[in-house]
Amino acid sequence: MVSQFVQLSVIGLANGAIFALAALGFALIYKSTGVINFAQGDFLSVGAYALYAGVATFGLHWSLGMLLAIAVAVVLALLVERLLLRPMIGESSIAVIMVTIGLSSMLQAVLLMLFGNAPRRMPRILPGGSIDLLGATIPVNRLVAIAIAAVVLGLFTVFFQRSRWGVAMRAVADDQPAALTMGISVPRVFAMAWALAGVSAVVGGLLVAELVGVSGTVAEFGLIVFPVVILGGLDSIKGTMVGGAVIGLLVQYTAGYVGGGLQQVIPFVVLVLILLVRPYGLFGEVRIERV
Amino acid sequence: MGVNQLVVDGVSLSFGGVDALRDVSLTVRQGDIHAVIGPNGAGKTSLLNCTSGLYRPQAGSIAYHQADATTELTRTRPDRVAALGVARSFQNIELFRHLTVLDNLMLGRHTRMRHSLAAALAWFGPARRQELEHREVVEEIIDLLEIQLHRHAPVGALSYGIQKRVELGRALALEPGLLLLDEPMAGMNTEEKEDMARFVLDVNELKGVTCVLIEHDMDVVMDISDRVTVLNFGQVIGDGTPDEVSGSPAVIEAYLGSEAATEGVA
Repeated sequence: MVSQFVQLSVIGLANGAIFALAALGFALIYKSTGVINFAQGDFLSVGAYALYAGVATFGLHWSLGMLLAIAVAVVLALLVERLLLRPMIGESSIAVIMVTIGLSSMLQAVLLMLFGNAPRRMPRILPGGSIDLLGATIPVNRLVAIAIAAVVLGLFTVFFQRSRWGVAMRAVADDQPAALTMGISVPRVFAMAWALAGVSAVVGGLLVAELVGVSGTVAEFGLIVFPVVILGGLDSIKGTMVGGAVIGLLVQYTAGYVGGGLQQVIPFVVLVLILLVRPYGLFGEVRIERV
Repeated sequence: MGVNQLVVDGVSLSFGGVDALRDVSLTVRQGDIHAVIGPNGAGKTSLLNCTSGLYRPQAGSIAYHQADATTELTRTRPDRVAALGVARSFQNIELFRHLTVLDNLMLGRHTRMRHSLAAALAWFGPARRQELEHREVVEEIIDLLEIQLHRHAPVGALSYGIQKRVELGRALALEPGLLLLDEPMAGMNTEEKEDMARFVLDVNELKGVTCVLIEHDMDVVMDISDRVTVLNFGQVIGDGTPDEVSGSPAVIEAYLGSEAATEGVA
């Protein structure tokens, strides 16, 4: 009993780590630019495939592969921001959403074109093997995945609270005209939000490649971003951590104790409940808009 | 003294069919407190927005003179204008409501911080040292404006009068050469107004900052300004010392109606 619980918990948290990293990119972009990015899952795919290409196709050391993947993701994110979304500033949010949905289809098609639809086997990067924990057999790479996500999310939190650019990003989120008159370049902050979202997508992609494998299904993580960020609060970094962990655990517990495919539905049940009870999420900003 | 710091020349701005500013010209001398007054909708805030780069006028120029350079503000991005040392406050407080007073003021130091993203992320060495230097400047401003008690409070939770002070403080944190204040005393009681007037005078005298001040309270304007420009329906209808302006028939007409003006002349 205990061993099953421990096993489910670790796997749930490891999946939650991926959810949290995907959600982090989403929250970063939403928080500072107000764009709801439906292509976040595809950024995760791009990260995973770029890493795969670096390590498996070009035979690079994994650290170089990471750098390559980060470079690809950051350049892509910057291009998307500059070419697709900056011209959309001031357009209705539905129009902006449609652009990101189109981007999502486009990225999927490009990845399909480059890599085909067969699942790829990623050479192991994280340590393999397993350890015994309270009677449960736990794969080490899951624990490492949780640790990596914790460190990355921790760094982002410190960055937001402490660094000049982090505080500038919060300022832009709060009040754009005021940020401008403080000498903060809003376009640069937007670009930075996208670039950082690209970085978090690569780290997420690494975990996906390790734990799930590289295939077209990676983009499906993009869908589960929504329950995570709605639960945590659309614009909260802390919310992505808690939301990721809660959804990850919930899915595993449901799979382990209830089963029957309910685990695939449960995140969206949470999404609907949260929207009914607390639409701004656990840590989100309470916005009352008067029209 | 006497050197021209801001020269607005023939600025016109319209939104669709509405002319917010029509051929507005005025000159702000270095070291002055220069008041801009006029009825609601006269174009006072539009003038400040053009100066700080938030609006682009269709015609005219706004030259900002510094010792070593002159910049055309109508062709400069707002964040660049700020970097030149032109700071401002807003009529309807535009603070970062979710940040603390300290963070708001530290953001005023943004243009003066020079360290890379990587160093900022690591949060050690030069980044930290620099942060401490900036913190000293900010603490000085906190003392000047007497907001020590509120240092760590989120701005959204503070009273209106204190928020107005914080906004002035954030503008001061830029160590501006020119300060644009949009109704810093609006909605305040007499005591708060007096405090604010004192702060503006302190900033002007102690730090030598030139101030452009939009204000409706005529007593305050007459008390603290060196020069006054009067706008009405987007046009300049008066310009001079407070005494000259308050005696001008065109100004009295705009403020009190034509009957009062005729009586005043007669």
